[in-house]
Amino acid sequence: MHRFRTVISHLVVLFLLAIVLIPISAQEGTEVLTVYSGRSESLIAPILEQFSAATGVQVQVLYGDTAAIASQILEEGDNTPADVVITQDGGALGALAQAGALDILPNDIMERSLPAFSSPDNVWVGISGRARVLVYNPEQVAALGLELPTSILDLTDSQYSGLVGWSPTNASFQSNVTAMRVLLGDDATMAWLEGMVDNDSAAYNGNTALNQAVINGEIVMGITNHYYMFRFLADNPDAPIAQHFFPASDAGSLINVAGAGVLAASEQPGLAQRLILYLLSTEGQQYFADSTYEYPVIEGIAVNERLTPLSEIQAPNIDLSNLADLQGSIDMIEDSGALDN
Amino acid sequence: MGFIRVKKLIGIIASLQLKIYHLNNFVIDGRMLPIMDWKVMQKSFTVPNVIINRRRRIHRKWHLPGIRLQFSGLRLISLVIVVLVLLPLAYLGIRAMGAGAEGLDYLTAKRTIRIMTNSLWLVIAVTVSAAAIGIPFAWLTSRTDLPLRRVWLILGLLAMVIPSYLAAVAYLAAFGPVGIVQSWLEPLFGIKRLPDIHGFFGAWLAITLFTYPYVMLPVRAAFLNTDPGLEEAGQSLGLNRWQVFWRITFPQLRPAMAGGMLLAAMYALSDFGAVAIMRYNAFTRAIYEAQRGFRAERAALLALALVVFTLLLLAIEWRSNSGKANYRIGIGASRKAKTVKLGIWKIPAVIFCFLIVLISVFLPVSVMAYWTFSGIGQASPIDLNMPQLVVNTTSVSALTAFVAAIVAMPLALLAVRNKSRFNNTLVSLAYTGNVLPGIVIALALVYFAARYTTSIYQTVPLLILGYATRFLPFSIGATRSALTQVNPKLEEVAHSLGLSRWQVIWRVTIPLAKTGILGGAALIFLGVMKELPTTLILRPIGFETFSTRIWSFYNEAFLPQIGLPGFMLMGVSALGLILILWHDKQTTS
Repeated sequence: MHRFRTVISHLVVLFLLAIVLIPISAQEGTEVLTVYSGRSESLIAPILEQFSAATGVQVQVLYGDTAAIASQILEEGDNTPADVVITQDGGALGALAQAGALDILPNDIMERSLPAFSSPDNVWVGISGRARVLVYNPEQVAALGLELPTSILDLTDSQYSGLVGWSPTNASFQSNVTAMRVLLGDDATMAWLEGMVDNDSAAYNGNTALNQAVINGEIVMGITNHYYMFRFLADNPDAPIAQHFFPASDAGSLINVAGAGVLAASEQPGLAQRLILYLLSTEGQQYFADSTYEYPVIEGIAVNERLTPLSEIQAPNIDLSNLADLQGSIDMIEDSGALDN
Repeated sequence: MGFIRVKKLIGIIASLQLKIYHLNNFVIDGRMLPIMDWKVMQKSFTVPNVIINRRRRIHRKWHLPGIRLQFSGLRLISLVIVVLVLLPLAYLGIRAMGAGAEGLDYLTAKRTIRIMTNSLWLVIAVTVSAAAIGIPFAWLTSRTDLPLRRVWLILGLLAMVIPSYLAAVAYLAAFGPVGIVQSWLEPLFGIKRLPDIHGFFGAWLAITLFTYPYVMLPVRAAFLNTDPGLEEAGQSLGLNRWQVFWRITFPQLRPAMAGGMLLAAMYALSDFGAVAIMRYNAFTRAIYEAQRGFRAERAALLALALVVFTLLLLAIEWRSNSGKANYRIGIGASRKAKTVKLGIWKIPAVIFCFLIVLISVFLPVSVMAYWTFSGIGQASPIDLNMPQLVVNTTSVSALTAFVAAIVAMPLALLAVRNKSRFNNTLVSLAYTGNVLPGIVIALALVYFAARYTTSIYQTVPLLILGYATRFLPFSIGATRSALTQVNPKLEEVAHSLGLSRWQVIWRVTIPLAKTGILGGAALIFLGVMKELPTTLILRPIGFETFSTRIWSFYNEAFLPQIGLPGFMLMGVSALGLILILWHDKQTTS
């Protein structure tokens, strides 16, 4: 009986403690901004913390894949707690804008970002630029006597069977598929997707995991964004990884943006815009240039010297606002069997 | 007409759920059984049960109706709880209906069929291999002179406390194309790459190695419980060893085997962590992917299909066991079965146990330890924030255990003290959480809350509701079996001495049933701590627990960072299991 009482009292204390602690951990500052981020925590959390430190605004973030974040915002409708959405590509923002979920951004924001990197309708803005590349493990390529492909379409060749990694649930890849559909048509894109599946391409959950797999030698090459490699090289300059741009305006050399928008349902659009302005400020852009090795989207910030200048990439000529059919691309990826193993 | 059919259907589903309740109770008890002394078990199980049953029969006949703990308040509370448990599921049905004809096309599409066959293969393979490991393991640790029997048994049980996602991550690190095993083989044999274990093989391996204890436990209890006299009688009548096994021992083991295999099958069907990490496109992963990609209707359809599959499994097990009697008529003389001398076979037997324990327990633990203590890998920019993780994880686990223990009380009281057809249906409907995989409950709640109860959307209370729905059966089961051992006469005496019915419950019933209630709460605490899909889907923004942190480290490929939270999670789980077993032994001896 006595022991039972003490156990019960312990439980009650824990219960009360939990009730007290959980709300404290959730909010204690005066201003709280809720961000839904399709960019991963390791890439975006440091700059959001920098913003909090500079402004005193507390930022709480929901991390997920870009498509998942976009889908959640649509599901929540007017009830969404999100103030700002940050995505890995412009396509998802285009889809959100089409559904009326995004607010028009003021001119002081739109004017900061280079026009090629933002929405023509002023509903979203690019915050950093990135290029699609093929990364490869030079040791393994040499050991297997492989030649690097000249087009993303060549990855379905039997010589690369079982050696290529991709990331079919990743928004940057999904956007790349949308671009292929615009450039080559749906049928050719579907044939390519099915060819990749038939060629035993290895699916990874994200680009970091894919780059790590190339370094480990689990796969020999993979299609990804340009900046992950540099993050690994910063840690270990001898890591066996290099990158290759497909020449001749190939669909595999798409230049895309990570972007942000303010939710129409947000009750504090002013605060939300402040965060976006911060991401477009010199400090913000310097962070993307130095820490995530991306291309700045404002004038006056130098591109990291290790990166290939954008002007040297033979990117396909495509309007980023044409990439809004994210849903169509996701369905095609799903139907091709890319997620089946 | 239609109404009657619906009623009948509810009846069938309810009885299937009841079946699962019995099974789970079996395992909850079974978990404790093997450690207990054989004689204690005989005393605490066989004898008192008979007496209690007999007493109850008399007691029911002579009972004055007013004294029973029957009052409508209890039933009303229970009804509210059951509605709360079932509401989200009903909403999932509505969402699935919303897909209309397109939904039917989707369900019959080639891709969807492939998801179903993938799940089916996984279930079959896991069930067979869990039995192939669990049954010999049970026999070796119960009937033979295997050296260090109890040590193997406890180590084997620890496989249950290792979350499937941690085991999966560890197997990838060990058996991957360029993993730890490959790095040992390369200098010896020059092997540059091992085949990739992602997909079916990896999922099968990880799930088998944490589900075999669910077969081992009930089968071991059955080995210990069966009357050796029957076998001896068979032998004396001229049967050889094999004939004795097939014609006498095996039929007595059958219910335990079927029960354990059913649990293994249900874990294989509902597991999310291992399936997602091994990228095997079974139901749970497909539901998660559909939920991530704009497709609420598809996710709802797949979730309902998964529920149907689960009910089918239950029906198969039910059919295979109904109408067969395996009991003996008298209590019989309780005697220990003769120990089988293994002789030279000791060596392969020890190797077998060693290999199973090595892969299922030592390997994940040592991979986590290696990651924790070696300090390899690049520094992660993600802040681990350990104190916050500990506070968050323990507080939601404790809260859920607390809430579930309270909520289970009225249902358990109804089930034990007020048997009626209506009450029984009510109680078995509360067992829904046992049949529904965590991801289905979470999905239903998140869709429901985002539309209708936005005030609790993305809050701790919703998360607790999700956990409680899922784990409520643990609590009801434990409380229920504890209540059956409380003599109702004590309650009647207290009532006749002037206590109100609520006072009787608070001052007599609950203190007498405390061990069971606490045991159930402890199981829930451990379950919530490890739970991944419910936490991922229902947590408030920025709310991190051990499992979600491990998940994000995995997704961002910071594998060494998994070490510390993984190691702690396993440590606390193991400690919890050992405490439960120890406490149980203390109270029964």
